[in-house]
Formats: sequence, structure tokens, C-alpha cells
Amino acid sequence: MDFNADHFTLLEMPRSFRIDSALLDKRYRELAAQVHPDKFAQAGDAERRLSLQWATRVNEAYQTLKKPLSRAQYLLSLAGHEVDANNNTAMPSEFLMEQMEWREAVAEARLAREQSELEQLHHRVKQRMKRRYEQVAGLLDDQQDYPTAADRVRRLMFLEKLLFEIDDAMAALDA
Amino acid sequence: MALLQIVEPGESAAPHQHKLAVGIDLGTTNSLVATVRSGLAVVISDELGRPLLPSVVAYHADGSYEVGYEAQVRQTLDPRNVIASVKRLMGRGLKDIVNHEAMPYDFDDVPGMVRLHTTGGVKSPVAVSADILRTLRERAEASLGGALVGAVITVPAYFDDSQRQATKDAARLAGLTVLRLLNEPTAAAIAYGLDNGAEGIYAVYDLGGGTFDISILKLSKGVFEVLATGGDSSLGGDDFDQRIFCWILEAAKLKPLSIEDASLLLTRAREAKEYLTLHGVAPISARLNSGEVVDLKLTTEIFTEISQTLVAKTIQPVKKALRDAGLSVSEVKGVVMVGGATRMPQVQHAVGEFFRQEPLNNLDPDKVVALGAAKQANLLAGNRAADDDWLLLDVIPLTLGLETMGGLVEKIIPRNSTIPVARAQEFTTFRDGQTALAVHIVQGERELVSDCRSLARFELRGIPPMVAGSARIRVTFQVDADGLLAVSARELTSGVEAKISVKPSYGLTDGEIASMLKDSMAHTKDDAQRRALKEAQVDAQRLIEAVQSALKSDSDLLSAEQLARVEAAIAALQASALGDSRRQITQAIDDLEAKTRDFAAQRMDKSIRRAFAGKRIDALEGAASAAGVGEHR
Repeated sequence: MDFNADHFTLLEMPRSFRIDSALLDKRYRELAAQVHPDKFAQAGDAERRLSLQWATRVNEAYQTLKKPLSRAQYLLSLAGHEVDANNNTAMPSEFLMEQMEWREAVAEARLAREQSELEQLHHRVKQRMKRRYEQVAGLLDDQQDYPTAADRVRRLMFLEKLLFEIDDAMAALDA
Repeated sequence: MALLQIVEPGESAAPHQHKLAVGIDLGTTNSLVATVRSGLAVVISDELGRPLLPSVVAYHADGSYEVGYEAQVRQTLDPRNVIASVKRLMGRGLKDIVNHEAMPYDFDDVPGMVRLHTTGGVKSPVAVSADILRTLRERAEASLGGALVGAVITVPAYFDDSQRQATKDAARLAGLTVLRLLNEPTAAAIAYGLDNGAEGIYAVYDLGGGTFDISILKLSKGVFEVLATGGDSSLGGDDFDQRIFCWILEAAKLKPLSIEDASLLLTRAREAKEYLTLHGVAPISARLNSGEVVDLKLTTEIFTEISQTLVAKTIQPVKKALRDAGLSVSEVKGVVMVGGATRMPQVQHAVGEFFRQEPLNNLDPDKVVALGAAKQANLLAGNRAADDDWLLLDVIPLTLGLETMGGLVEKIIPRNSTIPVARAQEFTTFRDGQTALAVHIVQGERELVSDCRSLARFELRGIPPMVAGSARIRVTFQVDADGLLAVSARELTSGVEAKISVKPSYGLTDGEIASMLKDSMAHTKDDAQRRALKEAQVDAQRLIEAVQSALKSDSDLLSAEQLARVEAAIAALQASALGDSRRQITQAIDDLEAKTRDFAAQRMDKSIRRAFAGKRIDALEGAASAAGVGEHR
């Protein structure tokens, strides 16, 4: 096995955005069981070092493929379409306007300590993301339209960030 | 418990010699040592049959010390020299220690970690913990009749890197080989999960003497997977004692107390807390040195009221951990209660109310962590067959990051990442001709460096002078299976590479540990040289067994010539291990390691290929729907 093989090859999963997550979990556990440092607690230094490196590698592959955003970003980078958020901030203005409105709504709900309002926002963003990811699946797996997929992934990065902020606001209200 | 369909041919066939390994729960209030005997995890009691060892050490002017009940008796008589709850001081500077003004000790505010002035000399918290661990090691060795190959030591899941490193140093100082640092709630989950065949999402609520942990785990056949963890590393039963103590002062209208009187009342407070677990009212009476007399009654209602904020403080991290795991309360199948402080009725009530179910109390909350650690130690020592095995996937509790411009934190590894984990980040210079870069490593969730815990600082030097912004410096964080961090930095441009590796040592240098090791030897029956020789011999034996077992299953990976070289190196190591030169043994170990390095790589490769072979067999056996997807690559 090549240590530098891509994540899909390493976990023997088909290289696609749509993924059988139960199978991914199973493959990860099987591989982790073989290389985990706990299996080498009594081994020599060389084997323990190798085990640490391999287990780290296997965890990285699994974590990348598990979450849809990182999986999409990774697929794009394999296809030579790096999603470089820093150099590609030119998003359409109506999208940015909408993002600002979302953000204001979160800030207002946080200020007014409206936990149920935050929960609703959370739900709406989730719904939006679900549709977007379905779109990305089509663009990546069926149409191989990487430039458009990269654009949609950048929008999803905004939404993920927004979701994180909503959760953060809910946590702050709990405290 | 079967994990893999494929049984490794070499491993299950060979009858293993049972290796002596223990699990140690190094607690704030009490510590325990446990082992697996004839397949059963058991706590090893002292010669009087007492399973717990109070985590209390009494130091004397002649350099001798007592640990446990004997030390506890002296606590109120000599509070300055009798150290209790030392776990709260591990890896901590004075300013980090909550409520240190109320502690009776004579602190020395040494950067990194405090020191304690005692009549027996200046002690670091690591040395005090080592004295507790040494007592447990000696207890185990006497009971098991031989030297230990190693120990699994438990730490609160919410311990940061400094606290973990300090615990590992203490074990080393006590002459223990650390097989693994294991998170306390994870250890409890192992004990509970294996004994009850539990599957599904479980929460472990662990309120100890001085620390609080919450872990959310997914238990499935042969796999313990931590999804999220949280807690408060300075919140525990001690704080409830403190609340009662304050209530006594107020209710009895006492004048400022002497250290001795305060210590006596704190003991009375603890006794009242324990009494209230089974009774509705606890009498508190004491005659102080000042001549004042305390005669009070503490009811459950009052206790619940004065401790309400403490209980609420544990629910916050529970909510956060659930959110981090992406789960709701209704998805939690069971809540395992761990730690003596969970006996308090108001804690049971609050946890039951939050999770909307009765907490699980069918394991002894004092022993479950040590028992789980013993099971893991037994596994790591290689005492279990390949088909009676489990996989533990744990996480880091706190985000690791670096200081960047303006005192901001650049997060490198987020909290709740499965370990082992590594992450690299590239940085650049901001001045023309800059030849050095200061790297400051922090841990915590806040945006500002000043709000996070500083773990280590180092400088990368020898960067070739370049225009600002053109150097490429890659900083790599690696967290191992103990949850310990190592950081390295490299400059990548123009073919020049500068590299430095740091293992942050949190206030204790390697030199300091070496000298403490020497000092501690002087006060015990151990002869330092003999101990070192014995350790080298144990290392040699461990390596010989590892290589022999590797050869048994995989010698076909080697050519006849390679095999002969390895066998010659084994024979040489065996011969030197019989002698009494530590240097020769170490050299022979290094030689055998060198000659088997490539072999190790080939074996790892074979293991990984075997994981895939296992899947194909599953696929043939009928998991048609899922396996079909995996066929085309």
C-alpha cells in the first residue's frame, strides 16, 4: 500500500461525492484496527513510529471523506480545481447580500435571547445546505462540471460558517 | 468480542505468557490500582484489604514520607506538610490554580508549574504524584509477584497537554512504563461496555474529587469511539466540601480561622457531604483550637441550595459535548455515572432530569475507571487473543493552535479530533532578511492568545535571508495516542531546510526529571543502577518477543540472508541481556531495531492489505448491497 495514495484509494472507496457512509465507517474501522498504536504497544520503536504515521494517515483520510464539505473540496483538488477561498472572494452581490441578512438575523436573535428563533434559523440553513449539497453531487458525479462545483462549494463554505455562528449563539444563550 | 473476520495466524496459535500489567486511576481524592486476573478485572487492595489509597502524601523532616490513610490521619495536625488533592496542581502555574489562597501549602510560584515547600524539601506536584504512583506500583508488584511490564494511567479527558505530560513524567519518576495515558470516561466506558455488551450512544458523566468530564461515545461491536468530550479540569467533589465549609463559617458566625481549625472544619464538611448521601440531615460538630464550638445541622435541602451553581456548571459542558457530537438528548441510550461525587443525590437528580432517564449506577463509581484501565493494560500488554480484541478511538479535548500577528490564535487541530492526528500549516516571514521565527503553541477555544493556555515556545533559526513573504515555513503538529503533542517546524524554500523538534516539557526539564529520579532512588530501597539495568533487560526482552512473534507470522517477507542477519542480532541481544552492562544491552537493542526497520515497514504494509482482504471475504459472504459500490475504483 502506498502511503501517499489518495484518501479514496486508501479506504478503497469509489472516487465520488455520493458516498455509502456505512461502508466508509466500516472500511475505516477495519483499517484503523490494523494500524492503531494500541496494536503496537509492545513492538519495537520502528514499528511504533510506523503505526503512529499510518494511524494518523488513516484518520486524516476518514475525516476528510466523512464530512461533505471537505469531501467536495478534496474531490475538486484531485480534479485540479483547488477551492482557494482567499483568492476567490468575488461572489455575486445578491449572494453576499443574502449572507448579510442571515447574519443580521442571527445577531438580532442572539441579542434578544431568542433561542427558538435561532433554532429556526439553524433549521432553515440546514435545509438550504442539503439542497446545495445535492446540487454539488450532480455537478461532481454526473456532469463533472468542476468550475461550477467549485463555485457552489465556496457558497457552502459561507453556509457552514453561518451554521457554526448560529450554534455558537445558541451555546452562548445556554450559558 | 470479534472485531475482524480474519484471524492472524501467528498470534492466536501461540500460547502467550501472561504479562503483568496494571491500570492505575490516579485520582484527586483516592487512587487505585487494578489488574486482570484469570480473565477478570480486579482492584488490588493493600495488606489490610483496603482497595482505595487516599491521594495524600505526608512529608517528614528526615526525608521519609507516608502515602494514603497514614498520611490522611496527619492532615489536620500538619496541613502544611501533608499534601492532598495534588492532582489540581499538576502542570499548573500558581495563577492557574483555582482557590489556591484557601490551600494551606507554602507555594513557590515557579514558571510553568508550582512547587511546594515542605519540611522534607521542595516538591513539585509531579514528585508528589510519583510518590502515590510508586506506592501503587509496589502494592501491585507485591501482590502479583513480579515486575510490571507497564501500566495504563488514567487522566481526566479534559486534561490539557501540560497536565498529561506532567502525569506521564510522574509515572516515569515512579519507575512505571506507561503503556498508554487513557481518558477516565473512556476507561469507564470500556469497563461498562464490555461487561454489559452495550451498543449505541452512551454518555459518561464523570465527577471526581477535583475534575469533571463528560464524554459522548458510540459503542459498537468491538469499537469504542469517542464522539466528543468536554468538562472542567478544576471542578469536583472538593468544591462541594468548600461550599459546606463556607456555610459552616457563616452559620456558626466564626472568626478568621487558624490553618489547623480550617483543616478540621473542611474534614467535617466532607464527612457531612458523605453522610447526606444516605440521610436527610447531617450533624456537624467540632471543638476548635480557638475555643469556639460548632454545633450545626445540615439538611439535604440546604446542601442542594448552596451547591446549585456547581451542579449547573456541569450541565454546560454536557450540552456543549452533545452539540459537538451533533446529537440530541433523545439519542443517548444510557448515562454512565463515574466518580465518588456522583453519589450526591442532587447530582443524580440533575443528570437524570437533563437526559430524561435514570442514570446507570450499576458499577462502583469509585472503581470503574481503574477496572477499565486494567482491561486496556491487559490488551496493550498482548495478553488477549487476536479475536478477543477491541479498538479504541479517542479524541483531543481542546483546540491546539499557534500565535499569529496581533496576539491572535490560528487554530491548527480542532477539539474532538480523533487521535492520532497531525496537521501542518505554512507560515511566512514578515520582514526582509528575517532569519528566525518565534513559534508559540497554545491550547484552548478562545480567539486571543492571552485567553488560551501557553504550552511551549521555540525559535526556528537559520532561515536564509529573503524578501518578506517569500520564506515558506511549515509547522507540523502531531498528537499521539496518549493525546500528547509534538511540534516541528521546517523552512522549505531554496533547498535549505532547518528543522527543530520540540516536545514541550511544561516547567520540568529532562535534566530536572533525571535529578529527581536520582533523588527519589536515594530515599527508597531501589538501587538506581540496578533499576536501570533491569529496565534495559525488560526492554530487551520486550523487543526480542516482538521480533520473534513478527518472524513467526511474517518471516516469508525476508530473504534467507536478511533472516539470518535478524536472527544473529536477536542472539546477540539475548547474550548481552544476560550480562550486567546496560550500555551493551542498549547497543544491542539499537542494532536489532536497525536491522528490523525495513521488515517493520513490510509488515505494516501486509497488515493494511489484510484489512482489505477481510472486506472482500465479507463481500463474498453476502453484504452485497454495500460491497458492490466498493468494487469499481
